[in-house]
Amino acid sequence: MLGAHAVLLECSHLWAGEHQAEVSPVCSPQVIEAEQRSSKRWELTPEGKEIVQEGSHEARVFDSIPAEGLPQSELMKLPSGKVGFSKAMSNKWVRLDKNADGGPRVFRAVESVQDSVREKLQLVQQGEAESLEEKDRNELKKRKLLMEVIIKTYWIRKGSAFSTTVTKQETDLTPEMLASGSWRDLKFKAYNFEALGIMPESGHLHPLLKVRTQFRQIFLEMGFTEMPTNNFIESSFWNFDALFQPQQHPARDQHDTFFLQDPAEATDFPMDYLKRVKKIHSQGGYGSQGYKYDWKLEEARKNILRTHTTAVSARMLYRLAQQKFTPAKYFSIDRVFRNETLDATHLAEFHQIEGVVADYGLTLGDLMGTLREFFTKLGISQLRFKPAYNPYTEPSMEVFSYHRGLQKWVEVGNSGIFRPEMLLPMGLPEGVSVIAWGLSLERPTMIKYGINNIRELVGHKVNLQMVYDGPLCRLDS
Amino acid sequence: ELCFQFGLELDEITSEKDIISKEQGGGKAEGASDIILYKIDVPANRYDLLCLEGLVRGLQVFKERIKAPRYKRIMPANGGVQRLIITEETAQVRPHAVAAVLRNITFSKDRYDSFIDLQEKLHQNICRKRALVAIGTHDLDTISGPFTYTARPPSEIRFKPLNQSKEYTASEIMDLYRTDSQLKHYLHIIENKPLYPVIYDSNGVVLSMPPIINGNHTKITLNTRNVFVECTATDITKAKIVLDILVTMFSEYCEKQFTHKCNFLCNMLEKVKPDLINKKIGISEKPSSLAKLLTRMCLKSHVTGSGNNIEIEIPPTRADIIHACDIIEDAAIAYGYNNIQMTIPKTYTIANQFPLNKLTELLRQDLAAAGFTEALTFALCSQEDIADKLGVDISSTKAVHIANPKTAEFQVARTSLLPGLLKTIAANRKMPLPLKLFEISDIVIKDSTKDVGARNQRNLCAIYYNKNPGFEVIHGLLDRVMQLLAVPPSKASGYLIRAAEDSAFFPGRCAEIFAKGQSIGKLGVFHPDVITKFELTMPCSALEINIEPFL
Repeated sequence: MLGAHAVLLECSHLWAGEHQAEVSPVCSPQVIEAEQRSSKRWELTPEGKEIVQEGSHEARVFDSIPAEGLPQSELMKLPSGKVGFSKAMSNKWVRLDKNADGGPRVFRAVESVQDSVREKLQLVQQGEAESLEEKDRNELKKRKLLMEVIIKTYWIRKGSAFSTTVTKQETDLTPEMLASGSWRDLKFKAYNFEALGIMPESGHLHPLLKVRTQFRQIFLEMGFTEMPTNNFIESSFWNFDALFQPQQHPARDQHDTFFLQDPAEATDFPMDYLKRVKKIHSQGGYGSQGYKYDWKLEEARKNILRTHTTAVSARMLYRLAQQKFTPAKYFSIDRVFRNETLDATHLAEFHQIEGVVADYGLTLGDLMGTLREFFTKLGISQLRFKPAYNPYTEPSMEVFSYHRGLQKWVEVGNSGIFRPEMLLPMGLPEGVSVIAWGLSLERPTMIKYGINNIRELVGHKVNLQMVYDGPLCRLDS
Repeated sequence: ELCFQFGLELDEITSEKDIISKEQGGGKAEGASDIILYKIDVPANRYDLLCLEGLVRGLQVFKERIKAPRYKRIMPANGGVQRLIITEETAQVRPHAVAAVLRNITFSKDRYDSFIDLQEKLHQNICRKRALVAIGTHDLDTISGPFTYTARPPSEIRFKPLNQSKEYTASEIMDLYRTDSQLKHYLHIIENKPLYPVIYDSNGVVLSMPPIINGNHTKITLNTRNVFVECTATDITKAKIVLDILVTMFSEYCEKQFTHKCNFLCNMLEKVKPDLINKKIGISEKPSSLAKLLTRMCLKSHVTGSGNNIEIEIPPTRADIIHACDIIEDAAIAYGYNNIQMTIPKTYTIANQFPLNKLTELLRQDLAAAGFTEALTFALCSQEDIADKLGVDISSTKAVHIANPKTAEFQVARTSLLPGLLKTIAANRKMPLPLKLFEISDIVIKDSTKDVGARNQRNLCAIYYNKNPGFEVIHGLLDRVMQLLAVPPSKASGYLIRAAEDSAFFPGRCAEIFAKGQSIGKLGVFHPDVITKFELTMPCSALEINIEPFL
């Protein structure tokens, strides 16, 4: 049978396997190639077959009527009675005498009949259906004596790996095969390379913290030392006053800042420094007029959740000023808190990224150059600077980068040179400038990972599937 | 583009029609103006740019289209200077007041609107919602000086407030405005004081009862020619700034432009060395070019001496300039930030990681490698999260309490990472089991030895959520963490766990963890009450330890 080609009938389930199923070895295309063809043919229905044997219903009705006729009621009891009678009537083979004695009676109307239906069906049975006229075929089909059958055939040829010996194909290599060397003679089932593999079981790092790791890396590459920012609770003194932010500033309002009920106040300050801070606010000094208002210690004592990591930068710069000055570069990435109105991109807490450089004679050009290097490492090359206002930096500049996706300049950070009113009371030498910049960690992460709602990223409503599926964080690619 | 260079932010280009249809729906906008409005954000310290008059003046000078105006104080022709007498009683409520007169002003509808609008903006900004400063403006021709600023018991103050038809006492006025959408926000400033501030003219006419309302008698109209401006304040510096801004902005419409009469308005002279400007910015411009740059910023400047000094006249509009660095910034803005050559500082430093963060980074990597997924939960939460839901009383926690939370979600700083992880699981119940999560982050606890009375503590927390409690999984993770920290399981110098009781955990299924000679945390199977309270349905076990002893 498996000669040059063979025909398999009714084999429609042959290729039933879906993409993931392994194909049965006999049918693998390397062994046998198969081609589907289809053809039509006419066949008799069981009723048609009966007519070929016994004659058509109308012929059988005709034959059963004796010369003296048959009462219609009896005729109807015959197996072919109902169908045969009406056909025989329309063929005018029989007649009906409704007025006969004992009820309506059927008589032969002609001497003999030619059973053409039977003859035509006989032709079909002999495979000569094509010789019938289409009108006749349709008539017989209508009478449910004929039916059209579609036959699917498969033309099968030897495949490239055809063999007359039936070998069971192996699914995979086993240690035994390796030991015995039997793998050399075995056939292996084909793999379906369209299918996906099985994901490894593993834990995953959080996308925002993956980005944090990269920012940390960038700062370390640039020689910046990490600040200890593990103090969410801060006094207003370090968060605001030390930064020369006046006590009536709107940022110090209940609407913007979380104040603490317990512990409500900070108790311990470097008092000499605090006095200098008080003086610069209320009277000025160091070449500044100050804000000239009544600076109150109670206000500075108020504990808050820090609103920026710059509070820690202030502590670090104060500490730096207490020793013989050496240049310093600091960075931090940590949580800050704002009592703000929440929306799709704002939460009450977020991560602030901050960089600070302190050295003699730093210029605005140095700040811009440092920012350029920093943002280049983030894969951002086109930068533009806009004048801005910050209470504790002067000059201040907002950093904009051109976003190719949005086709516009978007703000990517804020920067400036710390005011002398902040640095000199700390005790830093006069010629020392401190440049600084900051940005949020959430915003670049949302852009990087295409997240629109910050709650999907940060907090307990995180989409864990997103965490599972997240790619590596490569900021420069 | 011009705005960008000048440090302004063009927020939105819109029209009155657009704004109304956005806020109230399309139907209401019909008939509103189609005139294009430019919404511009100005820097928070530039009060002189808050009105169109100042903004246009500033930009014109910047583009060198006009010269910076020089504001002058003048004496009235008849020599009669108006006086405002401040009585001692005001010290108890609102101790300061300053005043000025804008003479021979010509208002139009637009100018008048802008005048009112600027007062409102100043009230909201620098005046801190009238708490620091309140402005009153009056038609000088309806009253006669000298004026008296005093404070009286509310029952003794009686006048017809602005736009009212009859007289009220001060107490009645307070009641009257209790429901006023605007004025009700200012009542608290004086409400509980025994004396209310009030300004009278020489005939006893009430000008105003600051910071609440003016009298109707002195109401200014489009026909007003002489405006008496008074600012009462708790902060004298701010009162002067506000008065200066108001009069300098609107003296443009006086017969002699930019002239008005007041008690302290003056141009200050500052000297800055050109060298310093160049050095701070990182440019090398000639002194004369620097003087020109500054002049474009409304800071009239010229080189003095042998060219080693620039003398700068600071107009009363620029109260933001309090130090040479403010002048240097203006020079940089005029030079153009984006024209400055970028340089890399030569500062040489060796980088160091913060040891606690370094340890955290290393542990995070290996916890993920151990099959646990990292969560990032909020540091703030409700009292319920850290107390009731874990079966403890809030008073027994060392939690830090927030005084002004807007919602319960921000009542306290977390004292444990467990609630955050449990909530993370609750929000991800549809995910396939098991759920294995961890977090290494800070909790906050009260600590009286710290200057602020509280400190952070770096905790490691992990949780296992499945059809079985999986205590052995969590226990195994503890063993792995200790292995990573090179701490052996041993009573003497390593770590051990010992049966313990904790309301969060199922009795008999909780142990305390000891290492480095101290208790570092607990592990266990959660109490069914805890599981239910966090809206979970499966057994669950967890571990939380302090990692700071391992530094």
